[in-house]
Amino acid sequence: MDGISPAVPAEALDDTWTVAGRRFRSRLIVGTGKYKDLEETAAAIAASGAEIVTVAVRRVNLSDPGAPMLQDYVDPKVYTYLPNTAGCHTARDAVRTLRLAREAGGWNLVKLEVLGPPPHLYPDMVATFEAAEALIKDGFEVMVYCADDPVAAKRLEEMGCVAIMPLGAPIGSGLGIQNPAMISMLVEQATVPLLVDAGVGTASDAAIGMELGCTAVLLNSAIAHARNPVLMARAMKHAVEAGRLSYLAGRMPRRMGADPSSPLAGLIR
Amino acid sequence: MAAPWRLLVVAGGDAHSGGMAEIVSLTVNGEPRRFSGDLTVAALLAAIGLDARKVAVERNEEIVPRSRYGEIMLASGDQLEIVHFIGGG
Repeated sequence: MDGISPAVPAEALDDTWTVAGRRFRSRLIVGTGKYKDLEETAAAIAASGAEIVTVAVRRVNLSDPGAPMLQDYVDPKVYTYLPNTAGCHTARDAVRTLRLAREAGGWNLVKLEVLGPPPHLYPDMVATFEAAEALIKDGFEVMVYCADDPVAAKRLEEMGCVAIMPLGAPIGSGLGIQNPAMISMLVEQATVPLLVDAGVGTASDAAIGMELGCTAVLLNSAIAHARNPVLMARAMKHAVEAGRLSYLAGRMPRRMGADPSSPLAGLIR
Repeated sequence: MAAPWRLLVVAGGDAHSGGMAEIVSLTVNGEPRRFSGDLTVAALLAAIGLDARKVAVERNEEIVPRSRYGEIMLASGDQLEIVHFIGGG
């Protein structure tokens, strides 16, 4: 120590997190959907600093087999692909889809999401439980998208899900974290990583999620649908880092009245 | 493509009836497709023009391990799903 640097707690210097035995530094997970093209996808993801990216599994286009593929732009050796079950409405569909993903990529860390109908696309928790059980039995490590329901979250954790990922607001709504008190309670009780997944609209929303103590934030539309996605990706990177540091630093207590920042003693008369 | 005859017994469709190359009628990603000759999964991917390293294949709702693309023979009536990763949230 040189005597000048302020003491920085070790956790702020080496602030990593672990899911299913894999260690990550970035606390931002980003989706790869909704971008203008694959070039923009690649640029925004690089700017976000994310180490994990969510991906979907779909039929190849037989009439255009030479079309560029996501892997050509977002290298699976650089980024950890987190295949999702978007579009699956039953446990059977989810298991089929993720078995294919496992064969395509050779990994078993997956994002389970079973959604209800539009316009809310709210997590279908009954189907989510069934699918989680089937996937865990099949050897998958399941990061699960779910309602911000502490009873359901606890049960998913007890079943063996490796991360609990409640929504902050409906998917793609950009409404921000609608129930911070409940997210806070979910953080309190979690013994596995707890991520806000869905609902983040702008950088401050991501920072709020991190200030609430979330392990990480998962978002897609907030970057992809920003006017300038690459710039927003940078904003999100910084917001997640700021929110995390703020959480570690511990905010000042709120008080009802003012408290002057300059001393009242020594005023001239 | 090593010893495909060993796997002919697994194929569910029409058996070979003569010396001529058979037509194999498959459903690939929901579309009817016809191919000629003894067809492995690897040969199917090559015929379509796909890079085998970037896709996954399901045959009659069962995963085909990538290591066996060169040996698994396809038969008429087989339902195939060929998928890849695309952008998603």
